[in-house]
Amino acid sequence: MSYLNKILNNCKQATLLIEKKQFKKLSLREGIELHIHLAGCRFCRLYNKQSHMINDMMQQLYQDPLKNDLKLDEAFKAGLKARIEAGLKQ
Amino acid sequence: MITESNVLNPHQWVSQYADYLYLYAMMRINNEDTAKDLVQETFLAALEKVDKFEGKSTERTWLTAILKNKIIDVYRKRASGLTVNSAYEAEQETDDFFDEDTGHWKAKYAPQPIATIDGQDVLLKKEFNGILQMCLAKLPHLWRSVFTMKHLDDAAAAVICSELRVTQANFWVIIHRAKVSLRACLQKNWN
Repeated sequence: MSYLNKILNNCKQATLLIEKKQFKKLSLREGIELHIHLAGCRFCRLYNKQSHMINDMMQQLYQDPLKNDLKLDEAFKAGLKARIEAGLKQ
Repeated sequence: MITESNVLNPHQWVSQYADYLYLYAMMRINNEDTAKDLVQETFLAALEKVDKFEGKSTERTWLTAILKNKIIDVYRKRASGLTVNSAYEAEQETDDFFDEDTGHWKAKYAPQPIATIDGQDVLLKKEFNGILQMCLAKLPHLWRSVFTMKHLDDAAAAVICSELRVTQANFWVIIHRAKVSLRACLQKNWN
């Protein structure tokens, strides 16, 4: 298999590079390989799009305002306060 | 100048910061009991260190930093002994998705459009978040920790690696595997 064919077929490597690219700049060689692969692979082009979307959705999920309703129960807080007061007396 | 916010007042800690710290922990650990324990441990550890507080940060920032270290300890404990295996398993399991020789997608796992994330429907998106959470919960602890540190704290790869004691090479394998499985889980459960 030629070098070019290897790149075109290797979706495993291409998707790894897609993930890596979202963290840091790829090396020149990695960048070129990914570019060539994506030009010829519709599956990985779709993966690339979805991968970025998933990241955006994770960001939204973590910032979900509903989570602001999450509170400690009062009994637990009272116990906690008592422990702190006891600790302060020592 | 020392402002009021840079003075410690442990009597007010629970009423002022307990809920905030609990939410902070829950978003990173997602286990009520562990999160409660962490909040308690944070306050108790803070009490011990009161005389080391230099007033350089606000009380809240100072307490959050203590909690953050405790969360990383939990991540480490969960990952300890598994780190080497996890990367190895991640590598093995990605072979489920890709052809062993060429690395091409196996037909069964080749990405297909996923209605919601490829479209813009807000209502569907909400429902979709539930599935996203379910799929996230299925990921192994270490992978989820890596994901959370990245997406919630926007930590750099090098920081995550050193805090979780993962090598750079293994880090990419884990990130890759986590994302490929997450995507496959979304496609399977939504379409």
